[in-house]
Amino acid sequence: MSNPLYILREDNVAARRIGDELMIMSARDSALFSLNETAAILWAAADGATPLADIVARDICPVFEIDADSALHDAREVAEGLAKHGILRIATQPFAAGEGHDA
Amino acid sequence: MNTGAAASTREMDIGIGGLWVRLRTDSPTFVAEMAGRFAGFLGEVARPDHVFDIELTPFPDGEGEDDGVDAHADEVQVSRNGALWQVRRGDFFAEWDPRTRHGHARMVPSPYSLDSVIRILHTLILAEQGGMLMHASSVALDGRAWMFTGVSGAGKTTISRLCPPGAHILTDEMSFIRLEDGRYFAHGTPFSGELGRPGENLREPLAGVFLLAKGPDNRIDVLSPTEAVRALMANILYFARDDALTARVFDNAIALAARVPVRRLTFVPDTRVWDLIGNQP
Repeated sequence: MSNPLYILREDNVAARRIGDELMIMSARDSALFSLNETAAILWAAADGATPLADIVARDICPVFEIDADSALHDAREVAEGLAKHGILRIATQPFAAGEGHDA
Repeated sequence: MNTGAAASTREMDIGIGGLWVRLRTDSPTFVAEMAGRFAGFLGEVARPDHVFDIELTPFPDGEGEDDGVDAHADEVQVSRNGALWQVRRGDFFAEWDPRTRHGHARMVPSPYSLDSVIRILHTLILAEQGGMLMHASSVALDGRAWMFTGVSGAGKTTISRLCPPGAHILTDEMSFIRLEDGRYFAHGTPFSGELGRPGENLREPLAGVFLLAKGPDNRIDVLSPTEAVRALMANILYFARDDALTARVFDNAIALAARVPVRRLTFVPDTRVWDLIGNQP
């Protein structure tokens, strides 16, 4: 079994819901991102303290009626993609309180 | 306001979009040169909104930096030092304090340098007020203003040239949008592009924003809310890598897209496109 992962919203981004979509703008490079529903759920739940597996079980599996292993695999890929763009951080330990972005 | 000559040959009041900036310098020659560049936007006001002291420094001779002004460096850096904004490019260094509305700049005696400082200053001021400078042309027709934006070559100047008699070109390069009593207004600016002449110094309520594309026929397509915000953000002028300012600019774009129609205008470059624009509700 792999180590638990923790995800945390970056603090140098602005996130705004526009219609049905969540748009995120990075202050680092002014890049704009539109998050799909899964990514938006992960973003909202990325408090740095809740394991990704728990977020998936709590917020994604019931919505998409998908098994936990598949959902976690997909969620990891989404989280890694967001991290590559600098709008989310991933770690194998919980983040310290006070780090990151208040949604 | 008196729209005659400036009070002193060493200072100049520039009013763009109703925001008056007083420039003070030791060089009457530079003031005279700048007066030509900002013709139509000069006046005399008793209490300008902002005051800028300009210190002119010689062009570097190629032997390296001249006390912080390196005219060979092109990238603009805008940062905040406490409440103070600092703007640095190769040809100038400027500081502006929004609390006192006072700033100073060291720059080479180039109209382009002053032009840039003024533009950057306005991006900061307008962002705080819910407005913006945009890479866009704007035209006033029958009491309404239309703004046209897009990538370079999309047709911002072309559509300005095609506007019908009686229309007023506010700018073919840099649109100045202010939020006034809950409504957006487009103001004329002295900033010109290929047209090579300043815009007319007047304002009209902003009726619509068009993202330009050239095509085989004239058509207008609705953009989704996120497409509209993307179109605006891609063309709003701002430079600071500052979290608070970024969020403010983002919010300003979202607010504008929520209140003013943002559409894609595909057009054939002839005057018939203005029939389509003029018939918009």
